[in-house]
Amino acid sequence: MSAFAKLMPRTIAGRRTLTGYLFIMPFILGFLLWFLIPSLTAVWLTFQRWNLISPPEFVGFENIARLGSDKLFWQSLKVTTNFTLVSVPLGLVLGFLLALLMNSKVRGITLFRTIYYLPSIVPAVASAVLWAWILNTEFGLLNAMLNYFGLPKVAWLQNPDWALPALILMSLWGLGGSMVIYLAGLQGIPESFYEAAKIDGAGRWAQLRYITVPLMSPIIFFNLIIGIIGSFQVFTAGFLITDGGPQNSTLFYVLYLYRNGFRYLDMGYSAALAWVLFLIILVLTLLVFRYVGRGVHYDDGQ
Amino acid sequence: MTQANNPSAPNLTTGAHVSPRPTGVQRKAFWSGDHTWRLFIWIVLILGAIVMALPFVWLVSSSLKLENDIFQFPPQWIPNPARFENYSDALTYKPFNIYLLNTLIIVSLNMIAIIGSASLCAYGFARIKFPGRDFWFAIVLSTMMVPYFVLMIPQFVIFSRLGWIDTFLPLTVPFFFGGGAFNIFLLRQFFRTLPNELSDAARIDGCTELGIYWRIIMPLAKPALATVAIFTFLAGWNDFIGPLLYLSSPENFTVAIGLATFRSVMRTRWDLLMAASTAMIAPVVLLFFFAQRYFIQGIVMSGIKG
Repeated sequence: MSAFAKLMPRTIAGRRTLTGYLFIMPFILGFLLWFLIPSLTAVWLTFQRWNLISPPEFVGFENIARLGSDKLFWQSLKVTTNFTLVSVPLGLVLGFLLALLMNSKVRGITLFRTIYYLPSIVPAVASAVLWAWILNTEFGLLNAMLNYFGLPKVAWLQNPDWALPALILMSLWGLGGSMVIYLAGLQGIPESFYEAAKIDGAGRWAQLRYITVPLMSPIIFFNLIIGIIGSFQVFTAGFLITDGGPQNSTLFYVLYLYRNGFRYLDMGYSAALAWVLFLIILVLTLLVFRYVGRGVHYDDGQ
Repeated sequence: MTQANNPSAPNLTTGAHVSPRPTGVQRKAFWSGDHTWRLFIWIVLILGAIVMALPFVWLVSSSLKLENDIFQFPPQWIPNPARFENYSDALTYKPFNIYLLNTLIIVSLNMIAIIGSASLCAYGFARIKFPGRDFWFAIVLSTMMVPYFVLMIPQFVIFSRLGWIDTFLPLTVPFFFGGGAFNIFLLRQFFRTLPNELSDAARIDGCTELGIYWRIIMPLAKPALATVAIFTFLAGWNDFIGPLLYLSSPENFTVAIGLATFRSVMRTRWDLLMAASTAMIAPVVLLFFFAQRYFIQGIVMSGIKG
């Protein structure tokens, strides 16, 4: 008991500090166990050749050197970059435009919001199975639509030129997720701003340009960063629908990472791939903060 | 929050073409102009809604077709005859009842873990001032930015050393430690909006911090906790990569893995595949309809106050 009493801080501030740390202790432990230790393990793994079965073997920088000459690594980077460059801006713009339209107090907004939002919460596996059928060349919905407009069938999942666009189309089905975030933001813009602008003679375009977009810029920025991070982690569609094919045209980065880890059991090389992923996302996020973040307008004037 | 409680949101039952405006008050200014413009917006929204809804219609329609009717081009939209046995056939071909039970076990454990653990941490970050707090909160935020796939390999190595492969442990135990940075963040934002006077009054009455957390803050935070619980359910129900890595024997499978393996053995039975997919999507859609305001609240909290 006396030993315990000695450990108790005497001052009120000291006791508050102890209480504070006790409250956040689960996070601190979790951070050490599932974040810091795995990070250190990843550093160690990067320098090993290990298939989880035979003992690990130190190989120095071999795993890192291998990246440069690995054609599939570059292919997976290319696929993921192309996917990001098309799907993120498209999703951003379309989601924003939809939210603008929906914010105009048209009839049935609740129904519209529900219909546009629901696809974004459909489980990835179910969505993949559904889209494999929609994209089916002979009997799929998409080709049936094309046929309705007199267009020929496209071999969406067998043609290397069309497989990635098909998966981008699929990803756009889920744009309702960012749309509702915009919509919530738009509904938070005070009506008086627009009234004042109107008195000053601002038309629709000027209101959009000088009120809506600046006030929405933190949310657009948020959606951009979330969108980039998310698109670098697209896995299920590539894994279940195309398995990276045809001719590696849908070999997403994380799919290639997964293959090296769990198909080829190459823990060292997949750890190296994971570091590259981390660096890419870090650099992209910093670049976005540096070049796009400057244009973001915050309420508090900072 | 703004949307869910917005009483002025127009509904479909309003008979008039444009609902009457309160005199002198301009409605949402940006697009509201002449009637033609509004009609145009309405038509664009309807066309978009049809495009978004078509995959759902296609899904349910395919799930009710006979095996032969599914291979028709151009396809028939209304299944004739409708075959509801597709659902029982699909869900008994693989033991989906066991998969469902497994998923529910994992999801409930995650909910308990996250609500308990994330709320404790969030309370510490939001309601107690102590040196080092901001440092640790910065760490919470930075772990949020690190993608799952970056630590997937080393975490797998660690869990396999612990002998946890093919058990529910890797999918549940980590959540007892902090409950995920995003959930801490979300709850902290909410806790900060609660008035300090409540805690101060309780402190004067001799209540401990744990008592304030449990008796005052937690009951007031029920809406935020419901939001976190719903997002936890969705994440667990939808999770594919986690069970794919850690569960190998069929008796441990979750619904997501069950559907994926069902797909790999039933490559051309689209009728049954669509029935199984519908069955997996239905609970999510139902949850959305029953708990819409918590969804919206979560979106508002994560998107705007971030």
